Formats: sequence, structure tokens, C-alpha cells
Amino acid sequence: MVATAEVIYQRPESFTEVHTHYCPGCTHGVAHRLVAEVIDEMGLREKTIGVAPVGCSVFAYRYFKMDFVEAAHGRAPAMATGIKRVLPDRTVFTYQGDGDLASIGIAEIMHAAGRGENITVIFINNAIYGMTGGQMAPTTLEGMKTTSSPLGRDVKLAGYPIRMAELLSNMDGSAYIVRRSMHNAANVRKSKKAIRLAFEAQERGLGFSLVELLSSCPTNWKLTPQEALDFVGEKMVPVFPLGDYKVHPTLENLKV
Amino acid sequence: MDETSIIISGFGGQGTLFAGQVLAYASMDNGLEVTWIPSYGPEMRGGTAHCTVIVSEEAIGSPLVRNPDVVLALNLPSVDKYETLVKEGGVLVANSSLFDREITRQSIKSLLIPVNKIAEEIGLARLGNMIMVGAMLALKPILPLEKVKEALGNHIPERHKKTLPMNFEAMDKGYRFAKDHL
Amino acid sequence: MAKELLKGNHAFAEAAVRAGVEAFYGYPITPSTEFLEYMSARLPALGRVFVQAESEVAAINMVYGAACTGKRVMTASSSPGLSLMMEGISYIAGTEVPAVVVNVMRGGPGLGNIAPSQGDYYQMIKGGGHGDYFPIVLAPASVQEAIDYIGLAFDLADKYRAIVHIVVDGNMGQMMEPAELPPMREIPEKVPDWAVSGAKGREPNILTSIYIDPVDEEVTNLRLLKRWKEIEKNEVIFKEYAVEDAEYLVIGFGTAGRVASSAVREAREAGIKAGLLRPITLAPFPSQRLEELADQVKRILVVEMNSGMMLDDVIRIVKGKVPVEFYGRMGGVTPLPDEIYAEIRRVSENTGPGAEDPRDEWIPRLEKFISGEK
Repeated sequence: MVATAEVIYQRPESFTEVHTHYCPGCTHGVAHRLVAEVIDEMGLREKTIGVAPVGCSVFAYRYFKMDFVEAAHGRAPAMATGIKRVLPDRTVFTYQGDGDLASIGIAEIMHAAGRGENITVIFINNAIYGMTGGQMAPTTLEGMKTTSSPLGRDVKLAGYPIRMAELLSNMDGSAYIVRRSMHNAANVRKSKKAIRLAFEAQERGLGFSLVELLSSCPTNWKLTPQEALDFVGEKMVPVFPLGDYKVHPTLENLKV
Repeated sequence: MDETSIIISGFGGQGTLFAGQVLAYASMDNGLEVTWIPSYGPEMRGGTAHCTVIVSEEAIGSPLVRNPDVVLALNLPSVDKYETLVKEGGVLVANSSLFDREITRQSIKSLLIPVNKIAEEIGLARLGNMIMVGAMLALKPILPLEKVKEALGNHIPERHKKTLPMNFEAMDKGYRFAKDHL
Repeated sequence: MAKELLKGNHAFAEAAVRAGVEAFYGYPITPSTEFLEYMSARLPALGRVFVQAESEVAAINMVYGAACTGKRVMTASSSPGLSLMMEGISYIAGTEVPAVVVNVMRGGPGLGNIAPSQGDYYQMIKGGGHGDYFPIVLAPASVQEAIDYIGLAFDLADKYRAIVHIVVDGNMGQMMEPAELPPMREIPEKVPDWAVSGAKGREPNILTSIYIDPVDEEVTNLRLLKRWKEIEKNEVIFKEYAVEDAEYLVIGFGTAGRVASSAVREAREAGIKAGLLRPITLAPFPSQRLEELADQVKRILVVEMNSGMMLDDVIRIVKGKVPVEFYGRMGGVTPLPDEIYAEIRRVSENTGPGAEDPRDEWIPRLEKFISGEK
């Protein structure tokens, strides 16, 4: 009998052999992997420069095997702009959480989109500040308890969740703005396809691309990993509807 | 020649800054050290506009002075401000078209010159600044008149080139007026 | 090349272009805006990068990003803009990437005004941003010096992978003087080995200012400090006037130093043995030269357009060998030569011990002067 082996799953070339520091059940690791797989599939690793944020993914550069810089809190789109403008033929992406992108960095992200900056943004929305220990984020749901909204987010005092994909899709410079979710396998597959299209948009010079990924934070939500994923599907999706908010015509019929 | 400090002051739009630049170009073209520094910012919008020009054979220290050797005052507020500030023995040239009073300070050389009237005679109202420069060169000959005219010819913006003959005439008339009235 | 009559802000900008700046990211603010306007036309025409950012915060972080690629990159702003940029400046210092930042200083604090000032001395020289770092700070005093030192600024930034500040004021930005621009330098093709450019055929480069283990951060702090000691040893620049036999030393930088040079000349004409020390590198400060001069002179007068900031450095270096006195104008007021001359006269006639804090004697003098001026 001749033994044959087929590789059906392996570490992407764009990943380092380092264990991540993410909590059990956190979807950051899966999101990282999707980005790495897309970069592998498109053959971009050796020309890609990543921009890490401040937040739980502050150490993203440890896990991606490619050139990386580390931005100040919220400034990743500005830093990416600085890089992309002097190296227009490189692939530049930022990886940002909701505190980073939708709060302290909202000016930088809006203007990067407004300028049609030809970069790709992976936006992790888990409705909370993870790294600092579970404070209210701009995307925290109404009534959701956090360490800085201990009685639940009171929208009269703390305002409403901000829907970034919708906002950014109104910018003329945006080429590809979608929201996906990470709460089950089917949605993870859709997320990967979206990440692929976002990088395709950049490679085609179409302008600003962003994929918002609804993600879980079991530690700070004080839920088990499965409960946290259910929370994403049941509570977050209704507030942050999944969908394509802006798709450049060039991408509409692209088969990936 | 010692260092000469010149302040040119008037309303915005009277060409005070450009007059200073003409003197600066002429000084540079003739191998002298020179600094030109304007007032800038909100005060330039609608209010007074002035510049300080220092001309010297040696490296220039301060580009600003409290008591200038020469003041070209194109309006009354400038006369009011600088009559007392001009250095002892210095020169004050004032545009008498825009006010009706005497220069009372005796320890300076002063000249009242109706530059608006002279400019109208030449046929271009904006020439007051160059008439002042011509008059100044008669009273404080930091450079020969011809050299300054040459510098104006070399550095006048392209869009104003066609007014060059009138600018020369303005300088001549100012120079002549000053010679005739001293 | 022949001399041209050049306006300060334009000359700085063109000198930066000729020194090989490949990208300018900025935000408009008076009195530095002409710098940005000049770049907005000039750089795209050369196929280089200009971006008007949404804020100074974004501008400096764009500079940070571009600096990580090893390209020559800069921004120019004015005092309130620098306050906003301090975040990015600290990150640039912490990441050890080169960048040049021009500050056309204006009156403050707060919105202040747009008039010339030196009130950012502490902010620029002592760090300004958070953490242990050491910026190089150059203070030119003429259009020609600005041209010459902007080229040097890029060279120093590259050599030490450090942030280099050029501090001037609105006088310098607006002034026109004959000056000579250098020829256009070639932009080097070579990418520094530490830069990010895509990890093609090599291990990835990671540029970050995060050192989560305090010992790693301490090692970094130590590296920066040792590099700074090298800079202190190698890069001090200053100008002197009439110091050989001087008994009274005037110290001033930038516009204040330049105005003081007129006053010193006048004092010499009046028979007062005055001399001038004008630091061009405020950091590293010409400490050694000042120590030598403190052994020579009878008294020192510090002249600044602030409340006595460099004064503190002078007092520290002079160590009480001779009395140090102070004359400053603040808020956007430029001192005029006659004021400084009067101060030199006064200092030359003063044989008193000098106050522990020279400001204590200066404040009533200034109050009197202002009431006379008004």
C-alpha cells in the first residue's frame, strides 16, 4: 500500500512560529490567520508593511512574518498614509480595534477614507476596550455592562454605539467597506472573502478599503467562548448589521 | 557708508512692502548687505502695512530698529507714529496728499510731498510708493537713483512690466520734487 | 551660485527640497504656513510627496510612518501645532527613526498670538513629549543659516537616527535676505537596513517604541543616552562676536541673539568690552565654551524672547562663577537693539553680587520699561 499525504491545513507562510498572547476564545487569532492566508494567497508577503495599533493587538507584529510598524493609539491610518505615499507600490494595511479606530482615531480613519488613501484596514469591533480591562468603547451596546459603565451603557449619558462601516461608506474616497462577523464558521469564511476583496481593492489602486469584523471578547464580557460567540450573533449583529456598504464596481464581479 | 535703517509705512495696498523690496533688491544687486522684514498677520489686513529695510556694507545684526534713519510715511497714522521715532538728524518723507498738517519736529530732515497728486499726473494712482522711493534717494542717497531703477527693471513681476516706464517716471518725479523743495 | 533675495519660510523649504526631502506632511498654522504652501507646489512638481493632513496629530504620525521607510521626511509648524505633535515626536524618538521638524515659534501660552517668540525653549529643548529622549535642536539666526542648517538637520537625523528640531520665529520666517541656496542633492537609492520596505529576501524589520519589559526599555533609554553623549561630544555649533577680550558676555539665540549682536557692536563703539555667544545648537548646548568664557568675563547677560528658559541652562553651567543677569521680552515682543544696549550698559556698571534668580531683578525693570513704552 502506497501511503499518500495531502496537506489540508498548515501555518500560513505569513505567520511566525510564535504563540499568540490572546485569551482563549478571542477571535483576534482567527482574524490574524485570515489576513495571513489572504496575503499568502495573493503572494504579497514580501511587499507588505503592516501597521499595528494600540489595543489587544498591539503585538500583532510578533505574529505576522512581514515588515511591521507600531502606531500610536488611533494613528495607524496616518502612519499608513505616511508609508503608502512614499512607497506606493507596497501593500500597506492597518489592524485596529474599536477603541483605536472609532474613538481616539476617528479623525485619522475618516480622513484616510476621505483622501481615498489606497490602504486596507482590518477593523476588529468587539464592543469593548480589551487591553485596558473592559471599559466602555464607542461601539459598546446600549445597556451593556463594562467597567466604566457598571450599570450598563446609558445612552442618555454615554451616547450611542457608532457604526463605522456605515459612516465610512459615505466617504467618496472609499472603495470597499463591508461588515462581517466572526461568530461561526460560515461567517468566518465570508470574512476571509471580504479581506481578500479589500486587499484586491488596494492592489488595483481603487482607494480606501475596510473590513469591519464583529468579534468576541469572552474575558471582558465575562462569558464563556461559546456564549461570547452567541452574543455576537444574537446581540451585536442586530445593532451592527452585516453587509456590503460600499463596493467599487471593479470588485463586484471579481471571482476570488 | 554706515548702516541705514528705513521704515516704509502706510495703508495696506499702498505698496509699502514692495517699495521696501525694491530697495532690498537694489542693495543686493549692488553688493550691499540688506534685510527686509514686514509686519505680518492680521494687522496687514486692511490696517497699516509696514516694512523695515536695513542696508549696510557689513553683516547686519538686528533686522529691526526702534529709531530708524529714514521713514517713508504714506498716510497720516504713519506720520503720527514715526515723527517722534525717526533718529535725530534722520529723514521723514510724508505723503501730504492724505493730511493737512506741518511736521513740527526740527531735529530731523522732513519733506512733505503730495504723492497721490503726482501719481495722478503720471496717470497711475498706485505709483505713490515709487515716488516716495525717488524722493528718499534725493535725501538719503544710499544708492544712485539709476541703480534703483535698474533693480526695479530686473525684479518687477512680469504682470506689471508694462507699467515700468511709469514707475521710472514716478521715481524721477519724486527725486526731482525732493531736490526742488530742500 | 549667486545670491538671491529669499524669504525665510521659502528659503527653508527650498533648502529642504535640495537636501533631498522626499515627503512633507503638514497642517496650516501662522506663521509657518508659507512653508507648507511652498511644499504643496514644489514637491509634487518633483514627483515627491506632499500631504495636507487633517491635523498636526495626523501630520506628525504621517511623518512617523514615512520616517520608518528611511526616506528623508519633515514637517513644519508653529507652537500650538508643536504641542499637538509632541505625541508623534516621542514615538519617533522611541522608535529611533530620523525626522526633521521645524517650529516657527509664536507668542503663547494657549492661542497666544502669531508674533515672534522663543517661548517654546523648554518644550523643544527639554523634550516636550513623554519619556526619556534627547532631540537635537538647531537655532539659525539668518536666512543663510537656515538654509545651511536645514541640510545639516537631515544629515544629523540620519546619522543618529534621531529627531532634529529647527526652531526659528516669525521674524525669520517673514524676513527677506540675500542668501545662496545649495545645489540639488541626489536622493540616495539605498534603503537603510533597519527600514521597513517589504521583507523581500530578508527577515522582517519591526519598528516600534514598545518595550514591555522595563529592563528592555531601560536598555533602550541607555542606548539613547549614550548616543546623546556622542552628539554632545561631536555636534556643538555656536557663533561668537568680539569675545576675545570681552568682560561682559551676552548670550542669546536666534532673533534675540541677532538683535543682541547689534547692541554688542554699539557697546564696543562706546568702549564697553562686550562680547556675544550665540548658540546654534541649543541641544547640545555649547556648555564647554560657556564654562571657558565664564572664567574670562566679569558678568553675563542672557537675552531671550521668553521668561528666562535658556537662562536656567546658563545658570547651571556657569555655577555661580560670575553673576548672571537676564533680559527678556515675552508674548511675541521682539527686543530692539537699544533695549539690549541699555542692558549691556547697566550690566557693565553693576558690580553687585547678582540675584539668586536673575528674574527677580528683571521683572521690575521690564514692568518699568513696558509702562514707558505704552
